[in-house]
Amino acid sequence: MIEAHDSPIVRSAGKLLIPLIQLFALYVLFFGQYGPGGGFAGGVILGTSFLLAILVLGPQAPPCRLAHQLEHGDGVGLMIFVGVGGLCLIGGGEFLNYSNLQLPSLDDAARRSLGIVLTQIGVAADIAVTALSIVFSLGRQNSQEASHE
Amino acid sequence: MMEFFEIALLILLITTAVGISRVRNLISAVLVLACYSFLMAAVWAQLGAVDVAFVEAVVGAGLATVLFLLTLFRARAQDTQIRRARTPLVALLGLPLLGFLLLYAAVDLPPYPDGRDGQDLGKASTRVAAEYLQKSYQKTETPNVVTAVLMDYRAFDTLIETGVIFTAGIACALLLRDRAK
Repeated sequence: MIEAHDSPIVRSAGKLLIPLIQLFALYVLFFGQYGPGGGFAGGVILGTSFLLAILVLGPQAPPCRLAHQLEHGDGVGLMIFVGVGGLCLIGGGEFLNYSNLQLPSLDDAARRSLGIVLTQIGVAADIAVTALSIVFSLGRQNSQEASHE
Repeated sequence: MMEFFEIALLILLITTAVGISRVRNLISAVLVLACYSFLMAAVWAQLGAVDVAFVEAVVGAGLATVLFLLTLFRARAQDTQIRRARTPLVALLGLPLLGFLLLYAAVDLPPYPDGRDGQDLGKASTRVAAEYLQKSYQKTETPNVVTAVLMDYRAFDTLIETGVIFTAGIACALLLRDRAK
């Protein structure tokens, strides 16, 4: 159902834009502590960059096969988030109380800062993969419908 | 100058909102909805809520539009056109009257406290908001207070939200994918 775009202009522009969008997504994700942005927006932008690749280059192009591989990572983001919470439990504190991450050489504030970065990566991974998963679900042609047409 | 900008933004917002409800073709409605989201993002940015504006622009205008369009492309061509019934006279007269009454009542509301001149901000906000604003940097080394509140002070809330999004993806996969394969 989803195929590569006919126009070479659109495909070339897509090839140029996709890495830039992914770079911007990482910037938004890691700059979320210092300015607007964060895990949620970064994850959506990352997912959208793969979405653009699928819509422009077609499902067989290399970035889209990567996206299909990424789909198997559904839930990894949530596991990162819960895992950071679990590490806090193991460190002897409350769930998601990042100051209990047992890292010597870091004071409480730095531990919290690290915890925020890690959980943001978790949120971004979860949202990017979920966006891709929903798009693949919507784009998939059911065999029933195919025989119907 | 700023007021002119705000009024123009609000007029555009109302115009697009009315446009969404009047347009016949659902694909056009989705594209107008994307415009509405962008204008809404501008309103949030104008109000100083830059994080909300960012997410509104990215999710409302970007991802949601793509998901709506993919859904519509899955539907048959005649299903993307809708015939709207004529608006009943009661709604045409009653709803503007209701809106007028709400605006009339809103004049009597107390002014929204911004806490600048030592105003009382209400219980909840005096208890936590001041502490977040003053101490979050020392406690978390995170200059953006919104991120500190979202990911640290309210981490449970964010965790459950992430779970909701995960569940939405799983539900879509279960409902839409061919299970025979």
